[in-house]
Amino acid sequence: MTFERPLLDHIETAAGDAAGPLIEAVDIHKRYGRNEVLRGVSFVVRRGDVRAVLGPSGSGKSTLLRCLALLEPIDAGEVRLEGRRLGVGEGRRGAVHLAERELARQRSEIGMVFQRFNLFPHMTALQNVMIGLTEVRRRPKSEARETAADMLARVGLAARSTFYPSELSGGQQQRVAIARALVMDPKVMLFDEPTSALDPELVGEVLTVMEELAREGMTMIVVTHEVGFAREAASLVTMMDEGQIVEDAPPNEFFEHPRHERTRRFLEAVR
Amino acid sequence: MNFDPQVFLDALTSANFRQGALTAIALTAVSQLTAVGIGLVLAVMRESRLRALRSASWTYVWIFRAIPTLVQLLFVWNALPQLFPALREEWFSPFLAAWVALSMNEGAYMAEIVRGGLLAIDEGQKLAGRALGMSPLSVFRRVTLPQLIRVIIPPTANEFITMLKITSLASAISLQELLTYTQQSISTTFRFAEFYAAAAIYYLVIVSVFMVVQAWLERRFRWTSQGRPASLVGGLTGLAGR
Repeated sequence: MTFERPLLDHIETAAGDAAGPLIEAVDIHKRYGRNEVLRGVSFVVRRGDVRAVLGPSGSGKSTLLRCLALLEPIDAGEVRLEGRRLGVGEGRRGAVHLAERELARQRSEIGMVFQRFNLFPHMTALQNVMIGLTEVRRRPKSEARETAADMLARVGLAARSTFYPSELSGGQQQRVAIARALVMDPKVMLFDEPTSALDPELVGEVLTVMEELAREGMTMIVVTHEVGFAREAASLVTMMDEGQIVEDAPPNEFFEHPRHERTRRFLEAVR
Repeated sequence: MNFDPQVFLDALTSANFRQGALTAIALTAVSQLTAVGIGLVLAVMRESRLRALRSASWTYVWIFRAIPTLVQLLFVWNALPQLFPALREEWFSPFLAAWVALSMNEGAYMAEIVRGGLLAIDEGQKLAGRALGMSPLSVFRRVTLPQLIRVIIPPTANEFITMLKITSLASAISLQELLTYTQQSISTTFRFAEFYAAAAIYYLVIVSVFMVVQAWLERRFRWTSQGRPASLVGGLTGLAGR
């Protein structure tokens, strides 16, 4: 697949205005019952950074993304977007959890792509991409349709806009899902194992779109098993295990000179 | 064999039978529609975070499924006016009483059907809607509801057909529906076979029409770019083609 036009309208680069932190995790804790899934996770993602998160299943990677996307409340710690603390507001007596309506508004600034696509089966590809514009951004239908069609074309699916998800391949479905998130003009894109549910021959088309996004300067956090993607497209690679970050380094350092024994064992296992 | 085709045909084409059938259809339609609404509310209450709403919903389903439909019908028609004098007026007709009783009873069953439908929808659907920034109401209207309707069409169609037959219970509260006319005719003529057969034909025809509507609805909710009928005619051909 080649991209005749960029996926993003205004290309943001790390060199642009304030290369400071775009999204920050500050000592995030999350437990389900007695099971502590996240045990103090902190990191900083700068504008234009692509952070790949590796780790064995059950290490808390997916939970971390859901917390960042405000889909799960966190028990302790902070999520910050452009310095603003998300999910909580100023109450009369300190910080209070935001109402669902306000949470929804904050979520719309963060793009999320799921392992199993989660496209709406009762909508065509075009309607899937339109729905956020009409329901959340309150754009008029005709304008939303144009914007959505344009976004579908950019991920190479102009010819599939009237198809329903059940009529698309897994790779095509995931590209629609990426378009559905991108059309909202998010500040950051979160990917939760976006290629894990795909047949091997369909992984490439999704990775190509993601690599193009990374090249155009989109800030991304990608939970993945694709070591190749982490090596080629990521600016930082994070290793998670048992709810904590065990290693955090640029890809060449991460893959060539892993500092931690846990990372070494993991890399040997996936190689 | 003692079967008079003329009596049978006369019954079939009589104004009384037509009238009774129309009453049965009208009662079925309004009661089932109301029941779907009640079921929807009860099922959503059942998933609520508030304990009081959950138990209220559970209690409703428990009571209205446990008590026989005929008892509920008689209760609304006979006991309610005793308890509330306001109901002793002309406007509290057998039709209205049957509508109230049948829809409240059926609402309990619909609640369970809707609850099953909600459970059948992939959790990831709600998640995707929320991740886009859609409000809870928006997620329900645009994401959950269309998928829910698709899942509950077959069991609801079943309930619809059952409802049609249950309306015959309303003959016990003197509602002039199909079975009432049948029994009145039999009590004056003693022609059992002819009148029962005529009533049976009416029920067969009505249920067949329901089935066409169901087939059309199911095709409307198939979600493919081909083969979506624009009208009921498409549903008819679809049914014939099966």
